Amino acid sequence: MRVQPLRRLHRFISVLFAVFCVVYALPLITVVYNAFKTKEGIVDNFFALPNGATFAGLSNFTRGIAEIAIFKSAGYSVVITVLSVLLILVCTSMCAWYITRVASKFCRAFYYACVFSMAVPFQMVMFTLSMVANRFRLTSPFTIPIVYLGFGAGLAVFMFAGFAKGIPLEIEEAATIDGCSPPGVFFRVVLPVMKPTYISVAILETMWVWNDYLLPYLVLDKTRGFETIPIAIQKAVKDSYGTVDTGVNMALLVLAILPVIVFYALCQKHIVKGVMAGAVKG
Amino acid sequence: MYGSLKKWFPLFLLPTLFAFVLSFVVPFLYGIVFSFCEFQTLTKFRFVGFDNFRRVLFSGQYNFWQSLGFTVIFALLSVVIINICAFFLAYALTRNIPGRNVYRTVFFMPNLIGGIVLGYVWKMVLNYGVLLPLFGKDLSYSSTFGFFGLLAVLCWQQIGYMMIIYIAGLQAVPDSLIEAAKIDGATGWQTLRRVTIPLVMPSVTICLFLSITNAFKLYDQNLSLTAGLPAVTDEGGITHKMTQLLALCISDTYGNSARAHGTAQAMAVVFFLIVAAVSLTQLSITHRREVQQ
Repeated sequence: MRVQPLRRLHRFISVLFAVFCVVYALPLITVVYNAFKTKEGIVDNFFALPNGATFAGLSNFTRGIAEIAIFKSAGYSVVITVLSVLLILVCTSMCAWYITRVASKFCRAFYYACVFSMAVPFQMVMFTLSMVANRFRLTSPFTIPIVYLGFGAGLAVFMFAGFAKGIPLEIEEAATIDGCSPPGVFFRVVLPVMKPTYISVAILETMWVWNDYLLPYLVLDKTRGFETIPIAIQKAVKDSYGTVDTGVNMALLVLAILPVIVFYALCQKHIVKGVMAGAVKG
Repeated sequence: MYGSLKKWFPLFLLPTLFAFVLSFVVPFLYGIVFSFCEFQTLTKFRFVGFDNFRRVLFSGQYNFWQSLGFTVIFALLSVVIINICAFFLAYALTRNIPGRNVYRTVFFMPNLIGGIVLGYVWKMVLNYGVLLPLFGKDLSYSSTFGFFGLLAVLCWQQIGYMMIIYIAGLQAVPDSLIEAAKIDGATGWQTLRRVTIPLVMPSVTICLFLSITNAFKLYDQNLSLTAGLPAVTDEGGITHKMTQLLALCISDTYGNSARAHGTAQAMAVVFFLIVAAVSLTQLSITHRREVQQ
């Protein structure tokens, strides 16, 4: 009876949303096409598309790559993110399952310490952390994952423990009776069951580690040239007036955004699900 | 079975425990001790009692109160804007609107881009696209520019994230309750106000918690967008950075001089206590408003 007008209203709202989405994405869109404009073109009219006089081709990108070792930074970012997330997934899932099944006083205390660590702002520990990391030589891209394991433990243990509590004990007992040792039970029975939580935790930790600025900035050994993408961008774009070309900065920003957009396009469904799972648990 | 599991402690628990103690517990405890010290390294420190806290709270030299005020106003405004926008976006995008998945995707996208890059994207757009053409000035000219710039960045980034959480909450509201309200003659607004909102209170609790702590802890976007500028020097020769949030104030204080390390650490302890107090208060207030189905 009222279906027709309602559908028309929804179509109208949809058009409004389409316009709104373009406006919402405008900061990203403008930066992308300004990366192909000359410095003068950007300053003269920011919102204009590149035309014959202002089109700079790929020159901003080639100069950006020549001046800033952005690909080297990207390599370090990839190494750090992949190693850290893998380490977090393996160690914290085993830890969370152990905590929920053994449930001794010590385990419970450790669990609450993990939850507590989520509430502590990074500023509280960052100065002393950089000193500790220095002392234990955790300052290279191959050792910093240990630091990330310590910091990522809060959220990851919390989420894995939340899921592990819901796994029926019967299937684990059945596996034990069939002759599985505890590691066997974990890797053959528990791990496959927890697959959705692995994906959620992986997404959340990847978003965090990839974009993190302060922790690697404080921990990584700069004298050996270790920098991630956010550190390289901060260094390059910081004092942009006069010295570094605005067009080059635009190109560097586009290069920094590109991998994130590709990642999003590839696992968009998992990302949204991961955020929902993290929030409902948190 | 779980008796034999206990023996596997070194395999299951030890790696995480080791990393957690090394990179969280030890720095945290050192952090508390060092807030009462002047320190240079882990072994080179000297107790100074409450001097650091006194300097943070009463000397006026470290811009603490200015940053705190700026942070509180910033947090209040951003939390209100983010949650209202996110809720209504979520409400609209759980209706039967054609293309709603595409729209959700677009609104969520800014979250994936890191704070540093995001701050610079907005710095470019605001400086070259808005402020320089209109006023001939850039972001560092006035703290009003900086304030609204920061507000724009944080809202733009967080609205999509909170929207996803509200969508999850709204989808969990049973259709039967909405139907029942309609049959009882409730208008659309009454249904929203009396049925839907009380039932999504758990999502509201989470979103308020996340948006408050995110606003208080904001650092990367602050560093890249304004770096605390403009800076104003008062009669006493003390420089105040006008758009400096607390997290940035702590790092700047630390970088000031080796003598200020302890002061910065004390400021971080105060910061931790403020964030903890604010979020615990919020959690207890909104938890009470959650209803059982």
